[in-house]
Amino acid sequence: MATAPDLDTPDEPVAASGSSFVNIGERTNVTGSAAFKKLIMAGDYVRAVEVARAQVDNGAQIIDVNMDEGLLDAEFAMTTFLKLIAAEPDIARVPVMVDSSKWSVIEAGLKCVSGKPIVNSISMKEGEEAFLASARKVMAYGAAVVVMAFDEVGQADTKERKIEICDRAYQLLMGIGFPPEDIIFDPNVFAVATGIDEHNNYGVDFIEATREIRRRCPHVHISGGLSNLSFSFRGNEPVRRAMHSIFLYHAIPAGMDMGIVNAGQLDVYDQIDPELREACEDVILNRDPGATDRLITLAEKYRGTDAVAEKAAEEWRGWPVAKRLEHALVKGLDAYVVDDTEEARQLFARPIEVIEGPLMDGMNVVGDLFGSGKMFLPQVVKSARVMKKAVAHLLPFIEAAKEVGARPKGKIIMATVKGDVHDIGKNIVGVVLACNGYDIIDLGVMVPWTRILEAANENDADMIGLSGLITPSLDEMVTVAVEMQRAGMTMPLLIGGATTSKVHTAIRISPAYQGPIVHVLDASRAVGVASTLMSDTQRDAFVEKTAADYEAVRVARANKGQNELATLEEARANAFVAAADGKAPPAARPGVHVFADWDLADLRDYIDWTPFFRAWELAGNYPAILDDEVVGESARSLWADAQAMLDRIVAEKWLTASGVAGLWPCRRDADDIIVHATGRPETDTIAPAPATALAAAHVLPEHEVRLPMLRQQIKKREGRPNMCLADFIDPHDDWIGGFAVTAGHGIDERSAAFRAAHDDYSDIMLKALADRLAEAFAERLHAHVRSDLWGYAPGEQLTNDALVREQYRGIRPAPGYPACPDHSLKPMLFDLLGATAATGITLTDSFAMLPTAAVSGFYFGHADSQYFGVARIGRDQLEEYAGRREVDLDTAERWLRPNLD
Amino acid sequence: MTHKADLFRAEAAKRILITDGAFGTMIQNYGLDEAAYRGSYDTGFDQKGNNDLLALTRPDVIDEITRAYLGAGSDIASTNTFNANTISQADYGAEHLVREMNLAAAGIARKAADEAQAADGRPRFVAGAVGPTNKTLSLSPDVNDPGFRAIDFDTLKDVYREQIDALLDGGCDFILIETIFDTLNAKAGIMAVIEAGEARGEAVPLMISMTITDMSGRNLSGHSVEAFWAAIRHARPLTVGLNCSFGAPQLRPHVASLSALADTLLMVYPNAGLPNDLGEYDEQPHTTGGFIAEWAATGLINVVGGCCGTTPGHIAAMARAVAGHPPRKPATPPVRMMLAGLEPFVIAA
Repeated sequence: MATAPDLDTPDEPVAASGSSFVNIGERTNVTGSAAFKKLIMAGDYVRAVEVARAQVDNGAQIIDVNMDEGLLDAEFAMTTFLKLIAAEPDIARVPVMVDSSKWSVIEAGLKCVSGKPIVNSISMKEGEEAFLASARKVMAYGAAVVVMAFDEVGQADTKERKIEICDRAYQLLMGIGFPPEDIIFDPNVFAVATGIDEHNNYGVDFIEATREIRRRCPHVHISGGLSNLSFSFRGNEPVRRAMHSIFLYHAIPAGMDMGIVNAGQLDVYDQIDPELREACEDVILNRDPGATDRLITLAEKYRGTDAVAEKAAEEWRGWPVAKRLEHALVKGLDAYVVDDTEEARQLFARPIEVIEGPLMDGMNVVGDLFGSGKMFLPQVVKSARVMKKAVAHLLPFIEAAKEVGARPKGKIIMATVKGDVHDIGKNIVGVVLACNGYDIIDLGVMVPWTRILEAANENDADMIGLSGLITPSLDEMVTVAVEMQRAGMTMPLLIGGATTSKVHTAIRISPAYQGPIVHVLDASRAVGVASTLMSDTQRDAFVEKTAADYEAVRVARANKGQNELATLEEARANAFVAAADGKAPPAARPGVHVFADWDLADLRDYIDWTPFFRAWELAGNYPAILDDEVVGESARSLWADAQAMLDRIVAEKWLTASGVAGLWPCRRDADDIIVHATGRPETDTIAPAPATALAAAHVLPEHEVRLPMLRQQIKKREGRPNMCLADFIDPHDDWIGGFAVTAGHGIDERSAAFRAAHDDYSDIMLKALADRLAEAFAERLHAHVRSDLWGYAPGEQLTNDALVREQYRGIRPAPGYPACPDHSLKPMLFDLLGATAATGITLTDSFAMLPTAAVSGFYFGHADSQYFGVARIGRDQLEEYAGRREVDLDTAERWLRPNLD
Repeated sequence: MTHKADLFRAEAAKRILITDGAFGTMIQNYGLDEAAYRGSYDTGFDQKGNNDLLALTRPDVIDEITRAYLGAGSDIASTNTFNANTISQADYGAEHLVREMNLAAAGIARKAADEAQAADGRPRFVAGAVGPTNKTLSLSPDVNDPGFRAIDFDTLKDVYREQIDALLDGGCDFILIETIFDTLNAKAGIMAVIEAGEARGEAVPLMISMTITDMSGRNLSGHSVEAFWAAIRHARPLTVGLNCSFGAPQLRPHVASLSALADTLLMVYPNAGLPNDLGEYDEQPHTTGGFIAEWAATGLINVVGGCCGTTPGHIAAMARAVAGHPPRKPATPPVRMMLAGLEPFVIAA
């Protein structure tokens, strides 16, 4: 907290610029500064604001703002300027003095000042009634007040008049409960050394009146405008500075604790030339009648010896250009930014590198300072403005160079999601981005996902930014992500707002959408994130890094989630209730169906290519990746090679696709699914040990197989169930399916041949394609099951894209994946299907499938069935599960380790 | 109303008082749908999420929550009117219902408080809650025009005034200007309260509560707690304090700063901890109670309650935690001018 030292020890020698005195800057006063007046008259508020900044930099503890000029709309000028400096934290940190002779101007100003200001001034010039009316308003606005020693008769000049008027005003103010500590008397500093003898004692009158007013009126302060004092020496700054310093040297001990003074223009008393000091002192203290003449004579010696300290404040101008840009960004100074940007441009090969290098470095410093609470929002907004000027300077060069992929701008859709009306944060992010050259389409608040997607498509947006403050918005953001995914969008999605987090984004939102998703911590990071996403050189690495980052969060989370667990009993009580009318009909063709050799040419059409590119560490979604500015060329070349190999795989039958699907009646028993293994082939279920040994133990006498499922135990918010796959099965009578497919038969020979020829490229290509074909087979077989074997969706007509987006009814969760995390269910599934006999897929000791290009899982046909993650479970479920699986606790623990603490 | 303020001060001199907890997160638990929110009002906008409208469409819900807090030990029933102003309601096309909402909400709180008082003889107070609106007087929404403001002082003052008049007509004892993110907004609210008092011929007791929006301890308009106090001290509030922001531990240093400065009663109602990574408030009542017990034991507070995520369970835990502890003694700072920009500036005299 800034505190001016107590003045209770006025005997202490005090330098004129000493610390026990409050400087009120006068440079933002049109009556006190010709330069400022010129700027305001010209409407150059940008430079006028810099005047205020310079004052504060020079040590002004309060800044006086005065717009009393006949040709000005003073109310407009006052409010405009006050609002502008409110946006400058370097200036706004100090209190403001709202200075006008017109009450209407003062009141307009008070409506724009957020802290506690001082009103300058009110007086009894118009009588007591008007004086008290103004004083009451000052109280209601929460300001302190300067009271001029002015009454109905006129301005107080002598010591006695000053004391009398101030004393009367004090008594009146006490009568309306005005806080005495908020009163500042200005007993009028008048010019001395004017050549008029009556003026000679004005300095002494002020100092002596000050002493008496402080004695009579407890808690008040005394202020005065110093420039009047030296009015006779206009144009002779060294003399004026000396006079002001010497005046303060004597007035401060008397009780003057504030003054309107140019803080940069005070000298230290001891350092004033003794000859000048003596002459000034004689004048101010009216020590002899010849004092004025002596000072006038001496003053000529000092005229024009000025111009010294100005340069010091500009020290940073001597720094290296990158450092200067950083300084300008951090300080929000735009005076030199164009020059500095130009200088930087000439240092780099490409203009875009100035943005991506020093400018972004500077913005990152801003972001870090903001993030650590060392800067606050308005400063960040200012920094963004400087950034915009720099970018604007570079744009023509970037365009002239026609740099491939140089896209300094982007179009961003911004919205506060449905159900949320908070928009301040979003607006700030919007302006920060806008001033960095982004085209912002702000959809406002309570925006449903339909409008967000529409706007993104209509405007051909580059990315979407979602904001929300209240907790339900988090779910709505997931909805938007889901819908973007469903709509096949690929543009980046930025997530921000108070309740959002990286962890939530990673866990809830990111899995819902395959395009880039970035949680933007705060407004200051938005520009960095957006520009990186738009950058041809940095985007992919950033997207990948972010995705990896989120994956790590998910992994860490799944492994050691901190969420509170419900007991198994509680979780069961909160089970998902599947709608009765969503149950799938009985299977049209129950039992097990073997497909020994599915046509590869058919599967080819079902391939989801995006993971293929990902396998090659090329980030991007198919087919957009083929036209990607950075990896497009590599992607196209890879794609061509893949098509060529696929042609040969199909034509020359390198691989064989074998699969099996089964459909059985079933029922639910708590969290177990009891499968009636009807139609189970009698003889070909025997699979190699040990998997079969485990599975066999669970074949019940009535040919029933018990499939124990795991239930979510993380405590859920009201209305959200603790899911278990068994919830999608009717307790009495329902259907379930299973499948196992592979496209890997024949791969070993080919693979060995490639490796022998040192052709790793083809080897990896082949494996990647086999994986894709197996996944395509799973997709294709699922479609066949839905439309034919189970037959609950006979008319289903979906494109491959729709299939990839899972736009169909039913799910096929695989053992070992989030909804069914226990891999050890695979032997039971295989046993039901007779999978090994039917397809040749075998299981390893740890339940991995061979060939590796294989997929297996269960079919659920309920309309409400959906994917979810079981995540962390409790000891109670572990122990019960061990019992249901009839294995010892150690074994169960080993199987379920990823889901335990 | 001034006698209510006197009675409040008298009670606060005896013990640490309890205010209530969150409405929003409690209402969420009812899982109300659009039809429930909307009732018979069709403004052409979805009303789901318009919690303030529930005073008209589901008064039973608001009444039940209010009574749950009183039952948990609240001395103050605050009205569920955080967004019941014409600016916030414009998002729902419900500006014309503002007076009705405030009257109804005040009536619910008044009745519940009076009945609680009649039941056990302990004085209860009704605070009319006034939120910050979603507009800010101190910041420009347009970076290219930092001098621009989306609203002006007088307009905001009139918006506050409309709400305040309705709350007072509905029977509120005090006006509570809460969750203040913009100090100038609060000053407009204070002016509205002063003018409402002048119009009624009786000063309206005022409770003022700032919210801190970042870890540096400032609100959105950039004011530190000390600067905030300097800027609003002229309101001579019945209570000043902090709400929302963070959980009790993160708020404590700022509470301590204000406690040392404020020569009036101090009221603090933090959130139930920081939201977890999924935006939910996990802090259990006994945990909150533990924090508040320490505040009570160190003489930090006069009135305590809860904001986001708190429940009657939290309030009951607080009531138990403060029982028997003497209340904070308001600070007696030296008489001195305290100005403020974004930083406070004290001039001794």
